Amino acid sequence: MTHGITDAQFFVMVSSFLGPFYLMLALTNGVAALYLWQTGQSKTWFRSPAIAGQRVAITNVLAWLALAILFVLLAGFSSSGNGHWMPALPEAWREAINQSTGPVVYSAGTTALLVLLYLFRSFFVKPAVAWSILNLMFLMLGLSMTDRDFYEIVAKPDNVPIVMLIFLLAFFTWLATHRAVENDRRMERGEPPLEKLDNEKVLVWPDLVYIELICMIALVAFLIFWAIALPAPLEEPASSVKTPNPSKAPWYFLGLQEMLVYFDPWMAGIVLPVLVVVGLMAIPYLDFNKAGNGYYTIKERRFSYLVFQFGFLEMWITLIVLGTLLRGPNWNFFGPYEHWDAHKVQALSNINLSDYFWESWLGRSLPIAAAGSGMLEKIGTILVRELPGIVMVLGYFIMLPPLMALTVFRKFYMRMGFIRYMVMANLLLFMASLPIKMILRWVLNLKYLIAIPEYFLNF
Amino acid sequence: MAGLGEMIRESQIWKSIFRHPMPVDRRNRIVVMLTNFFLHLHPVSIKKQGIALSYTWCMGGVTFFLFLVETVTGVLLMFYYRPTVEWAYTDIQMLRDVHSLGILREIHRWAAHAMVITVWLHMYRVFLTGSYKPPREFNWVVGVLLLLLTLLLSFTGYLLPWDQLAVWAITVGSNMARAHPFLGNEGPGQQLLTLGGVDMITNASDARFALLAARDVGEETLNRFYILHCIAIPLGVALLLAIHFWRVRKDGGISGPL
Repeated sequence: MTHGITDAQFFVMVSSFLGPFYLMLALTNGVAALYLWQTGQSKTWFRSPAIAGQRVAITNVLAWLALAILFVLLAGFSSSGNGHWMPALPEAWREAINQSTGPVVYSAGTTALLVLLYLFRSFFVKPAVAWSILNLMFLMLGLSMTDRDFYEIVAKPDNVPIVMLIFLLAFFTWLATHRAVENDRRMERGEPPLEKLDNEKVLVWPDLVYIELICMIALVAFLIFWAIALPAPLEEPASSVKTPNPSKAPWYFLGLQEMLVYFDPWMAGIVLPVLVVVGLMAIPYLDFNKAGNGYYTIKERRFSYLVFQFGFLEMWITLIVLGTLLRGPNWNFFGPYEHWDAHKVQALSNINLSDYFWESWLGRSLPIAAAGSGMLEKIGTILVRELPGIVMVLGYFIMLPPLMALTVFRKFYMRMGFIRYMVMANLLLFMASLPIKMILRWVLNLKYLIAIPEYFLNF
Repeated sequence: MAGLGEMIRESQIWKSIFRHPMPVDRRNRIVVMLTNFFLHLHPVSIKKQGIALSYTWCMGGVTFFLFLVETVTGVLLMFYYRPTVEWAYTDIQMLRDVHSLGILREIHRWAAHAMVITVWLHMYRVFLTGSYKPPREFNWVVGVLLLLLTLLLSFTGYLLPWDQLAVWAITVGSNMARAHPFLGNEGPGQQLLTLGGVDMITNASDARFALLAARDVGEETLNRFYILHCIAIPLGVALLLAIHFWRVRKDGGISGPL
């Protein structure tokens, strides 16, 4: 996209985005400060040390106003279109981020982050904290845009929706958690949830139809703006001989494509997606908890909340972000500021469990059926060869559900009955199979637990 | 002017179209909801918290509106687009460079991306408020089907520009079908389906072939995806949407604490 233009031209191009971008941020912070001031929500955070005998109260209004001024300054410098003046992340930072990220750090890091956000949610949902984080996210985006490699990935027209998705999800997750935390507090005090306060009935005309009308107008305006600002992608005409590298599915399927690293297509492309759909549909019939119907809460439905958030935010969204923004040629991992070099070599030495078992542990070669032996003998040999993996996988899916029913899920089993419990347990086990395979890959370089390439059955 | 407005509203033509007087007082604001075709999807009155944006996020409505945008811009685009290998790419190029309403394609594509996102956000809200719980279980199932159809709509539309991005994204996506257990040419268990020693599942009869109508993404695929995208899937969506909205009303309107 930025091929064939000089650095100077690139900076001019980015500046036409960054200028308005920082101005928008300045405007939102200014409006926030004004709103807090006007509605009397000004809060003193701390007092500055005495300046000329006066201790100035640092309030939230003052803080957001200062931030707005900072963004105005950034907008000015960014609009210059001069690489020396435009604010950017220091080269050393970018290099450090590139060096330290990889699939393991990324996956473990996002998981740890989500766990932190969950555990300390009552801190993170405070408006001032959340607002600071949002500003920080936008600032990081702005500072990163002057990096050509970063720009190349993020500003690719079909990747723009993902950047929007990240910010929208951050906002709505905050909104929902904010209300859930508030509701949980209220219910602990024996008060009804927020949603119960406005029980008064209003007429749909005008109260609702006008909201709908305004939403429609705003949406059309937004779509027209988006359509003018960003042309839809149109690459070269289709050619069946020129394979692009990387070849990627549409962005909403890239979580599935990322799973191909750990599973064969029949699992990543068929079985797991089908189970995602089936599992989603099964949710209302598996969740027997009657609490939390019609209001935001976490404490009243902790289990279903955690399972869903793990599945949605971690297994679906972060994998899409990984697959879209951080996977380059040959599906290699590239840091956010790293050049997509098609010749980057990554050592791949993944080993099947049967190889481990027969060669490393028993010190003998894999069993092979004699040439010219019959079908049954061949299959028998394969089964013997893959026995350790087969035992492990069958054990996982057959032994674990009853074990869990006797231990951690005892109460669930009592409430749900045999069939419902088994459906839930198996869905959970399939969901857990992905992180398990990830960890096995990272720790043991394990390729397949069961490797039967003869029948396309690798697991 | 007031007299003219009055005259129009009192005329036989106006009264034959709108079965209700202007919704200016309480009684007529109720009547309008009951007698107007477009408004009768709504209830007459609603709890105040049921229209609070901080509760609803408005994402279901936005998704439906985006579907309407897609329908309108889609129909208009069909006037300018021929789904053949010979013309598809050139027609899209013309939309960009020649036709004055070429921006329709941008709106269509961005609204499609936005629709995928808003469907997810809608489901996210429904989950987080526990709104799938009884009596709304089945409507959640309908919603999951609508999610699936939304993704398929976007996926089939992805091919139509017939550029490198389109063809290879569909190739990569549809390669998965080749690995379908039993029904895919390279799927586990495929060898078991033989008839008199002849493989039943080959690359000309497997799940991928059914999807692409050919061994590789080609002319037949373009035609198949075009019909799926413009007719077959939208019809399915329309039916499910009707059920979805009807069930929202029948299951007690928007959720809220009991």
